[in-house]
Amino acid sequence: MAWYIFRRFLQLIPVFLGATLLVYFLVFSLPGDATAAICGERGCTPGVVAGLREQYNLDEPFWIQYLLYLKGLLTFDLGTNFSGRPIAVIIAEVFPTTAKLALMALAFEAVFGIAFGLIAGMRKGKLFDSSVLVLSLIVIAVPIFVLGFLMQFLIGVKLGWTDPTVSGDPTFTELLLPAVVLGLVSFAYVLRLTRTSIIENISADYVRTATAKGLSRKRVVVVHVLRNSMIPVVTFLGADLGALMGGAIVTEGIFNVNGVGLTLYRAVLNGDGPMVVSIVTFLILIFCLANLLVDLLYAWLDPRIRYA
Amino acid sequence: MRFARNSKILSVAAIAAFTLSACGGGSDEAATGENTDAVIVVDGSEPQNPLIPTSTNEVGGGAILDLVFAGLVSYDAEGAPQNEMAESIETEDAQNYTITLKEGKTFTNGDPVTASSFVDAWNYGAAAKNAQLSSYFFESIAGYDEAAAEGSTVETMSGLTVVDDRTFTVALSQPESDWPLRLGYSAFYPLPEGALADPATFGENPVGNGPYKFAAEGAWQHNQQIELVPNDEYEGPQEAQNAGVTFKIYQNDTTAYQDLISDNLDVLKTIPTSDIKNFKNDLGDRWIESPYAGNQTIAIPYYLENWDGEAGKLRRQALSMAINREEITDVIFNKGRTPAKEFTAPVLDGFSEDLPGSENLEYNPEQAKELWAEAEALEPYDTAEPLTIAYNADKGDHKTWVEAVVNNIKNNLGIEVSGKPYATFKEVRTEATEQTLTGALRSGWQADYPSLANFLGPIYTTGAGSNDAVYENPEFDAKVSEGLAAESVEAGNETMNEAQEMLLEDLPALPLWYQVAQGGWSTDVENVDFGWNGVPLYYAITGK
Repeated sequence: MAWYIFRRFLQLIPVFLGATLLVYFLVFSLPGDATAAICGERGCTPGVVAGLREQYNLDEPFWIQYLLYLKGLLTFDLGTNFSGRPIAVIIAEVFPTTAKLALMALAFEAVFGIAFGLIAGMRKGKLFDSSVLVLSLIVIAVPIFVLGFLMQFLIGVKLGWTDPTVSGDPTFTELLLPAVVLGLVSFAYVLRLTRTSIIENISADYVRTATAKGLSRKRVVVVHVLRNSMIPVVTFLGADLGALMGGAIVTEGIFNVNGVGLTLYRAVLNGDGPMVVSIVTFLILIFCLANLLVDLLYAWLDPRIRYA
Repeated sequence: MRFARNSKILSVAAIAAFTLSACGGGSDEAATGENTDAVIVVDGSEPQNPLIPTSTNEVGGGAILDLVFAGLVSYDAEGAPQNEMAESIETEDAQNYTITLKEGKTFTNGDPVTASSFVDAWNYGAAAKNAQLSSYFFESIAGYDEAAAEGSTVETMSGLTVVDDRTFTVALSQPESDWPLRLGYSAFYPLPEGALADPATFGENPVGNGPYKFAAEGAWQHNQQIELVPNDEYEGPQEAQNAGVTFKIYQNDTTAYQDLISDNLDVLKTIPTSDIKNFKNDLGDRWIESPYAGNQTIAIPYYLENWDGEAGKLRRQALSMAINREEITDVIFNKGRTPAKEFTAPVLDGFSEDLPGSENLEYNPEQAKELWAEAEALEPYDTAEPLTIAYNADKGDHKTWVEAVVNNIKNNLGIEVSGKPYATFKEVRTEATEQTLTGALRSGWQADYPSLANFLGPIYTTGAGSNDAVYENPEFDAKVSEGLAAESVEAGNETMNEAQEMLLEDLPALPLWYQVAQGGWSTDVENVDFGWNGVPLYYAITGK
């Protein structure tokens, strides 16, 4: 098991190198001159443009730029963004907020998705089942920004239960609404995945055996049916964590959350190569770790899976 | 502080609690006169650079600098200059200026404001080696060209001379009577001694001499808020009428608007496009529409075959007459813009709305067709290069009006036109700078200082930095120089308007409309007014 984990960590190295190279190249190939974004509507004098190019290594060819970036990275210096601020500081600022938001969204979709999915699966074809199916379909069909603005308007403005936007260093309660909005679509998927998986397993032989053995209904459902139904759900949740971390641009925009998604979005617009690569690399690492965790969970959920 | 209060918990328990606590909300101060103890929360955007006056070229940082620093002069609500640090600015030939400072002015760290505070800051701003974004503001000063040339290591401009602690002289490279008007712009602010030794650090916690100062070290919480408190040492026309201004940084206006209507934000300077139709209803009497010195145009580069020469000129006029400015400003902007009559803006001194040639900006589809036919007779329109109007889709909301203009032209001239969105601002700017655009470009100007010349010189003179149309007209250049060299700004304005007549004839760009600031405020504040440049007069806002 330890050897397996070690090997998985070793795999991170090529993933890391490949990802930084690819992302750096993509940002490098974006059309438009990065100094044009810095200079704004008015433009700068040629002297200033030359100075900026030198400052941010923009006058170097792609390989030199990339190697300079890697060199900085290996000495734990992520460099500065186009506003002259250290990238490491920016990541340290925005990352905790997004992590909090993503974990809350993940908890929301996991707890409610699995609970609703379980009940729906157990009562297949009944009223509860049909109504959550319809509701989840609506949630999946309506774009997230519509849901977001709608909930912000209803709950934040009309009812005033919470402020429409979160403060700079958001508290748990402030993040509840954004987290629900962020997790809503995945919640619908988790619900549907759980439901299908439960329906499949509930008529499996081993469940009939367990019931025949005289086990209580509760034990059969929780230990035998639910646990075995969790594998596709856990896979989905693991992959979703990465998506929630980097893909919260819309939700962060609606609720004015100073998070990773928006920071990344701004950096892409400005062609801020080092900033984009640093954030994306960071997200990739999180994604890889989440997947590793999912793989380890498989072994726990299904004792037939062994890693050596 | 208002928005730091705990949000009510969004949970089942809180729903129950809500009904009980709801009565406790709201303001319990009676509405008595002016309350100067209120901290005003306003919307802002993240400054893009360290807060050094010469490296700030966008509104987010500009709004902060304008409160933290005071220049030689500042502008009143109408844009008229009023002395701040300057005791007098004197000249006899509009080329050599002697500037005397008031006595006893200090920065908030106790350092005196001296002649060197200005001269050193300006030299730093101009020198190419410092790569300051606003460097071109010093271009009129003698010696600028040497200091600002690419790769130059010259650190000072020969035109600036310190006479004594309170006096310095400025020699311009040519006479410019409107030069003193520029001195209220942020690039010309002074810096305390030592600021430039480590600009990045200074820019995080700037020390100024203006009506406000940073509330504390680290008051700039990046992408979140910037907290300013009044500077008690400051004496001048912009004295704070409140107990502080906190800029809350928003990523988009729509979100800020939600905060405004639920009283979590006191002042919003731009109503988002999506709420243009309903903000007057939502806000009752708590809104303002205030014209400011900015305009919107469509620049048509002369390097496009179809739009050059005599036929090109006729086509430009036809295009301009085919656009129904009145209707677009009414319908799309809900009267939040006013149709353009010339190339500058109505709040400026010297503005005139009936210059000869302004009929070229009036909607006249019949004459547009005639002019187009005339042009066709001279030189047929190359339909292989249909007209496009380029705009950036990442900032600002240009799509709607560009489409409206496109439809106007299509319907009235029967030619093929389309909007051409670019994903990012930098992309379209790069093409404009490299002169590789394949069509027209949405453009516009917001005044840096209240002067007609600011709308003409930097955009339409040969080789000017923002001359995206690549307009080259020696007669126009001469007129602008003549206007600048006039003995007074008033005399110069007349010459400027003569220069404008050439523009109205040639139409290097099609002026569309003038900008109007549309803003709103919460139930907690009053005395909200906007200045000549569309920025709220933050210092004058009071609580209720």
